[in-house]
Amino acid sequence: MLLNIKNLHVSIGGKEILKGLNLGVNEGEIHAIMGPNGTGKSTLAAAITGREGYEITEGEIWYKGKNIVGMSPDDRANEGIFLSFQYPVEIPGVSIQNFMRTAINAKREYNGQAPIPTVDFLKMMKEKQAMVEITEKLQNRFVNVGFSGGEKKKNEIFQMAMLEPSLAILDETDSGLDIDALRIVANGVNHLHRPDNAFVVITHYQRLLDYIVPDFVHVMYDGRIVKSGGKNLALELEEKGYEWIKESNL
Amino acid sequence: MDTAPQNNIINEVTNKEYEYGFVTDIETDFVPKGLNEDIVRLISRKKEEPEWLLDFRLKAFRHWLTLKQPNWGHLHLPQIDYQDIIYYAAPKKRSEKQSLDEVDPELLATFDKLGISLDEQKRLSGVAVDAVMDSTSVKTTFQDTLSKHGIIFMSFSEAVKNHPDLVRKHLGTVVPYTDNFFAALNSAVFSDGSFCYIPKGVRCPLELSTYFRINAANTGQFERTLIVAEEGAYVSYMEGCTAPQRDENQLHAAIVEIIAETDAEVKYSTVQNWYPGDKNGKGGVYNLVTKRGLCRGDRSKISWTQVETGSAITWKYPGCILKGDHSVGEFYSVAVTNNYQEADTGTKMIHLGKNTRSTIISKGISSGHSQNSYRGLVRVAPNAINARNYSQCDSLLLGDQCGAHTWPYVQCGNESSILEHEATTSKISEDQLFYCQQRGIPTEKAIGLIVNGYAKDVLNKLPMEFAVEAQKLLSITLEGSVG
Repeated sequence: MLLNIKNLHVSIGGKEILKGLNLGVNEGEIHAIMGPNGTGKSTLAAAITGREGYEITEGEIWYKGKNIVGMSPDDRANEGIFLSFQYPVEIPGVSIQNFMRTAINAKREYNGQAPIPTVDFLKMMKEKQAMVEITEKLQNRFVNVGFSGGEKKKNEIFQMAMLEPSLAILDETDSGLDIDALRIVANGVNHLHRPDNAFVVITHYQRLLDYIVPDFVHVMYDGRIVKSGGKNLALELEEKGYEWIKESNL
Repeated sequence: MDTAPQNNIINEVTNKEYEYGFVTDIETDFVPKGLNEDIVRLISRKKEEPEWLLDFRLKAFRHWLTLKQPNWGHLHLPQIDYQDIIYYAAPKKRSEKQSLDEVDPELLATFDKLGISLDEQKRLSGVAVDAVMDSTSVKTTFQDTLSKHGIIFMSFSEAVKNHPDLVRKHLGTVVPYTDNFFAALNSAVFSDGSFCYIPKGVRCPLELSTYFRINAANTGQFERTLIVAEEGAYVSYMEGCTAPQRDENQLHAAIVEIIAETDAEVKYSTVQNWYPGDKNGKGGVYNLVTKRGLCRGDRSKISWTQVETGSAITWKYPGCILKGDHSVGEFYSVAVTNNYQEADTGTKMIHLGKNTRSTIISKGISSGHSQNSYRGLVRVAPNAINARNYSQCDSLLLGDQCGAHTWPYVQCGNESSILEHEATTSKISEDQLFYCQQRGIPTEKAIGLIVNGYAKDVLNKLPMEFAVEAQKLLSITLEGSVG
């Protein structure tokens, strides 16, 4: 199993958000995590990626056979965990090209490899940009500075393509996207999907799942996964609304 | 945001050791400690100076006696005991230093260790260097190449001997000894520095550079640099500096004067890396300098670029007097303070001529317990019609124990001029750091990346040879400053 989360409890500033969450993800799978606002979906993403301030009070996160609780965020990233941010931040003065090269070389250093040759790097930039339909001009712009909502999300998928993660978590990647951008983002994900990697797609709406077809759908409520099923569960949710879940968990 | 874990890491700061803190063991010629007229006369005699220069020194000294050490900076500058300082220290001399063979190998090794090779054969980049150790110039490279163009680039002492009229004509015309306390002190006891003269219409083919090194203990360094660009001339000049790691504070009070005649352009770049003291604020250099350029001719241009990472205390305001019509003054600064460093730095742009323009871009970065202040004056004289100034002062805070301050002074004497001032203060956000980390970039590298991005506007103004160095320096200075 690529990712195996056991009885995970996470608190922020003393308040418990995740209350015993279990989730198993195998290579080659796409999992969708759905649920109403404030049930801990983004907290789950933060806990897996090791964000500071998210205190794991109980439970384990097994990834590639290691319990990664306590591992630094950059080490987790270099072990192949990628997060597509819900709100990508701006980094003024740092070009995407410079940012990506620094990231790729950090990973190579982590793996005991020499820095990527410039020619290879530029070729890779070009290929991956084409995949998410980003114009080449974007690479010299500063990371997310002045980007539209759609550009920011495309840039996240572009970075994902560059870093080739084993486990990619997409946190509300569909929020604020028009239908064209949504299609491009989904195409990117489908293109990158391989038998040896996995995706966890966090979304509020069923819409994205028309484009990225999940193997499993999990519904979160009050810090736990309360219902799991196939892709039809998403449709059922769309039809019945989250009230249905809430009621059945009272 | 929960700041507790961040503070813990700040407390755990393990700063990288100052890389240039070594001492060279070399025989040194000192004058006795303390300052009086006899010492001033002794320095002048040691340098075999003409009567007029001794006279200049003595006037400066007598004026200095009437002044008090200024205390208006946002600094904890203690009252310095000026009798407890040695005012002249020189590595003991061999004869005249014409070829490398005659330079003490120990000195060459010192500069090699600092990354400044004085062997022309070994230098790939097009940079001529004047290397100054304590009170004297060790060696100036590429003098032959330069002299073919009529360019004079030599130590100040040599210039006094070889080109006394030029030195006498310009010395003290931009920074008179009456300017301020430290300028008066420097004018009385200055030891060496660089002199640079670009004749009419000549574009200097090399970057000129002076590297200052304090070595001896209990010694002040008082260098003086004078750059003259005649009509239509151009020169790019760079200055670098380091000092050994010592527990006591060392005084550095320099003067730089630049004169640009009609259509001339001078670019002056500094990467200041004097020993900043240890992480508890012990030791370090007091960097108290007066730097000023005079755009004397029409359409002349003087541009200051500084990257300030060193010194326990920095007090410096490189400025431009825009006398010629259509003349241009620029000031680009990145000042980084960490631990207990204090910097009060900025510029003065004095608009006298018509249609004069000035640009000020200042980026302050503070971390640890440091204090970082921008202080700048823009003055537009009544006759300076259609003058323009644009000022932008940004402060970046790392952690919550440090301070950033901005003191802009604006005086506008006419109604046709336009002055703009923008200021921002920001923090490296936890979001930015996490974003970088999530892409696999470790914290220290991430800070370096973010800070270099923040300072990009200024770093872009540095000559290539310096830019890479400066980028590295920024990252190193802030190493371990945030978690």
